Amino acid sequence: MSQIDFSAIAFFIFSLLALGGGFGVVTNRNLFRGTIWLMVSLFGVAGLFVLLSAPFLAAVQVLVYIGAIAILFTFAVMLTRSLTHLTARYNRLWPTAIGAALLFAMLIVGVIWPVFGANEAFAVPASDVVRNTTDLGLALVSGEGYVLPFEVASLLLTAAMIGAIVIARDVDEEEIGE
Amino acid sequence: MDCTGLCEVIAQSGLDVGLAQFLSLLLAVVAVSGVPLVTVIFLIWVERKIAARIQDRIGPNRVGPFGLVQTFADLLKLLVKEDITPTAADRLLYNVAPLISFASVALIWAIVPYTPYHFGADLEIGALYFVAVASLGTLAIMTAGWASNNKYALLGAFRVVALLVSYEIPLVFALMVPVLLAGSMSMLDIVYAQGGMWFVFMSPLAMLLFFISSQAETGRAPFDLIEAESELVAGFNIEYSGMKFGMFFAAEFLHVFTNGVLIAVLFMGGWFFPGWQEPLIAFFWLGVKASLVYFVSLWIRNTVPRFRIDQVMKFNWFFLVPISIVNVLVLSFLVMVLKEIGLVPLDEAGNMALQTGTFVEMLPMTIVLLLSNVLICIPIINRLRRSGNESRAELEARAASRAVAGATGD
Repeated sequence: MSQIDFSAIAFFIFSLLALGGGFGVVTNRNLFRGTIWLMVSLFGVAGLFVLLSAPFLAAVQVLVYIGAIAILFTFAVMLTRSLTHLTARYNRLWPTAIGAALLFAMLIVGVIWPVFGANEAFAVPASDVVRNTTDLGLALVSGEGYVLPFEVASLLLTAAMIGAIVIARDVDEEEIGE
Repeated sequence: MDCTGLCEVIAQSGLDVGLAQFLSLLLAVVAVSGVPLVTVIFLIWVERKIAARIQDRIGPNRVGPFGLVQTFADLLKLLVKEDITPTAADRLLYNVAPLISFASVALIWAIVPYTPYHFGADLEIGALYFVAVASLGTLAIMTAGWASNNKYALLGAFRVVALLVSYEIPLVFALMVPVLLAGSMSMLDIVYAQGGMWFVFMSPLAMLLFFISSQAETGRAPFDLIEAESELVAGFNIEYSGMKFGMFFAAEFLHVFTNGVLIAVLFMGGWFFPGWQEPLIAFFWLGVKASLVYFVSLWIRNTVPRFRIDQVMKFNWFFLVPISIVNVLVLSFLVMVLKEIGLVPLDEAGNMALQTGTFVEMLPMTIVLLLSNVLICIPIINRLRRSGNESRAELEARAASRAVAGATGD
């Protein structure tokens, strides 16, 4: 284990981004900065996906979460400018926070304890099977794959989109026509 | 990961193999990102010269031969200018935004295949990577607009979201065409698939859509309303000075050329040119094709006036998006039909394999796809003509009524 692996360095950088970004999100009083930290965190997760040989997921992570969802967050935050400089703290659920932290710590210990230390059994790469994008595409649309859940999900998303249009739609029909 | 080439050389000096791998990769990244950094200095000169010629001026001609060193003088000026950060600005984000802006463009160059042997990375998800990285540019401009704490900058940033996010849709749909034809998202595979026939002859409409939406993505005229000088003073970059201001513009100049390179790779066969396969000359062909697209882009920028925001949105949602969707649907249907008939070069497994096809083998397929594109275009052109006539008639009627009102003294 004395050898510094290239992927180990990359893993360290990406986990630092993911965890540091997450820390920034929860500690920052400024909402806009919070969303930027969120993007940093999501970017770190995308890097971890690359290390797990899932480049497709990594690209989708950047495209959907950073390029679309987080951008929408910032847009909403910018429109509500008075909210961006919060000074008061509204959240006072200390016991709940401590409880959650304890549970999380237990979870971490439970996961790490069995694999801690130099362990030959875990020295193999995280994923031996390298699946490419063609496999993913086939899994989504082939009959033996996940075509039914895929179609159900797209139907749900379409319904959600139509719902959003109906909610956002102006009541005055004639105004839209113009 | 094996340790060869540069990594081996570094490892010989006694360094740890893992660290040598990391260092060699880091050096490769520096090399790849160095290409666009050097290119942009020259591009600024080209841009100014062409703009000057179009406007019947001479352009930079004092510093060095043909004014070639002018950009260095500008660079020096930008570097020694006072670097201002407004007191009310968000210091960190304000300074980070220009960096993200340039990085979002420079990162695209990682997947550009210059020759069959020279490229940053042959990602399996190349096309998707391009879309993902390009979306970071939106983030940069929004951050700049917000962090400046200036109303004009914020307004400019609002427009960016409207513009860039909506033009991403036709961009991605146009990008789907080469991906679909090549059967791969890797840029290298896409170029190899064009060995027999360039994709521009199969789907010129897709290339046109890609060109228009990428022109919008760069935020240049006629889509330059994010920095509309006459309405927003300068838009998102109003508070920036010195080199930070320069970086936004370096990113913009580079983005235009990057789009040229991408169009050359995706639609114009990359390094392929009839009768030439040698790597060095291949690099030259890619440059020629990219410059051609780049020139058209500059030409449009300097001759077409700016659109209004509602016109830009209408143009996208009622024109580009429907066409791009129809184009992809028709194309994928036709490719399926052609495959059934057997007019498409196939590999042993029965999948479409354009990289094995020669010019003659690809010809029937190209003719069918080209015809479908022409058929899609006919109603579009008719519709354009009609709406153009209508708006002209409306304007003339308004002008006439105003003239009447003026004559009667109302």
